[in-house]
Amino acid sequence: MSFLHLDHVSYHYFYKKGYTKALENVSFTVPEGSFISLLGPSGCGKTTLLSIIAGILEPSEGTIQLEEKPLEASKLDIGYMLQQDYLFPWKTILENVLMGPKIQKMQKRAMKEKAIKLLEDIGLSKVIDSYPQSLSGGMRQRAALVRTLLTDPKLLLLDEPFSALDFQTKLKLEDLVSGLLKEFNKTSVLVTHDIGEAIAMSDKIFLMKANPGEIHEVFEVPIEIRNLTPFQARKHLKYQQLFDRVWEELNSLESQTVSR
Amino acid sequence: MSHKQLADDQLFQQYCKKVKADKRNTRLWQIVLFISFFVLWEVTSRYGLIDRLIFSSPTKVWDLFIANLLDGSLWYHLRITLFETVAGFIIGTLAGIVLAASLWWSDKLSKILDPYLVVLNALPKVALGPIIIVALGPGYFSIITMGAIISVIITTLVVYSSFNEVDENYVKVLKSFGASKWQCFKEAIFPATLPSIISTFKVNVGLSWVGVIVGEFLVASEGLGYLIVYGFQVFNFTLVMYSLLLVAFFAAIMYQIVERLEKILIKNR
Repeated sequence: MSFLHLDHVSYHYFYKKGYTKALENVSFTVPEGSFISLLGPSGCGKTTLLSIIAGILEPSEGTIQLEEKPLEASKLDIGYMLQQDYLFPWKTILENVLMGPKIQKMQKRAMKEKAIKLLEDIGLSKVIDSYPQSLSGGMRQRAALVRTLLTDPKLLLLDEPFSALDFQTKLKLEDLVSGLLKEFNKTSVLVTHDIGEAIAMSDKIFLMKANPGEIHEVFEVPIEIRNLTPFQARKHLKYQQLFDRVWEELNSLESQTVSR
Repeated sequence: MSHKQLADDQLFQQYCKKVKADKRNTRLWQIVLFISFFVLWEVTSRYGLIDRLIFSSPTKVWDLFIANLLDGSLWYHLRITLFETVAGFIIGTLAGIVLAASLWWSDKLSKILDPYLVVLNALPKVALGPIIIVALGPGYFSIITMGAIISVIITTLVVYSSFNEVDENYVKVLKSFGASKWQCFKEAIFPATLPSIISTFKVNVGLSWVGVIVGEFLVASEGLGYLIVYGFQVFNFTLVMYSLLLVAFFAAIMYQIVERLEKILIKNR
């Protein structure tokens, strides 16, 4: 069943002296409960695509359907996680986490209990009333994850959420996020330029090329890797094989762009 | 181990002592400067090194201060000027923030108003004094307007540009939850710019004093600005010095209050 469906989506950025076509004819379908990655060099329009799915940007052409309804009808069901945590420095962790319910004017008390429980589960029970600047990068990104999950979105959009972290923290968080998403059966779209991350976390990888942003190739992640945690997946033989294939494809893309 | 600990503690205590001594030394110099200024003033004036008629002397100013304090005229003039300044400050600052918010709200409006704001900002507001007085009549109202108008445009420009400098990803986070424009303003834009709003407060304290004193120069028959002009006209420079010192003192107090406010409002950053 198609959960998220993009149909011939294009996007133009207009300037005074012309325009760039950031995305051209992007179509794909994401089944419910699956995890897909958009992988590509910088400037291939992956973040633009994510903003369009989130409903922050309007596509210049094409349509997007969420659960077979047009996107506008289901805006509240989408959670967005950015490269940095963007926790509000003037709010405590708990207040930050409760931002979503506050905006959506949901019942306060039930949400607060849920938030505290989630924060405890994720290992942040000691810093509930601290301010973000006293937390490490990994803790902050975990708090941001709780903020995103609290409103119970059906679709999760992850915009390079691990790229600002050190390698060890990144690996730990990959496992945590992957586990949580599987547990709650979330559908997710991850944007990344990290081949390893894309393979270790997703079911399917869309390799994008730049100028204009298009889907160049689709890789299915072998079933053996999908069921492993990202950390275990990285040690699997098939992980290495797929990595090499994607690597070569990215290289050939690059040489094409240079020769053009 | 405990021996080592002791050494560390001693080092820390030494450090604390040094910090304290440094602070005391700075304070001492400030006091020395303060006292020697007045002593020098008094001595040079008494021995005729500076013109007594023009520069007066601290003792004469002090005598005047005591006399005015006792007959109530100090409080009378001070009260009027303080009221006008505080009112001008609050009105100017608030109007500036509201204007900045409406520019942020509507891109169209900000584009349309842009050249006007540039011209109004470049225009010396004090030059509007005569027109304001003719339009609003001689009295508190036009003086308060002077105190407000002098800070409103610069506040608008500074606050508006800091609204625009807020990282748009904060707004993105809120929008992904479906936030309205007002919610984005209330939850992200305004609190993120609070520090720069408060720093405009500090600038505006000084500006309002300028506006009010100039306003009183032009039209008033009471207040500290009036006393300065009056003292100048009758060549009573003791009165001028006395008013100046009062202005300096209370402007400093207002500044201190704003600084306190800053500490309370932005303690968590």
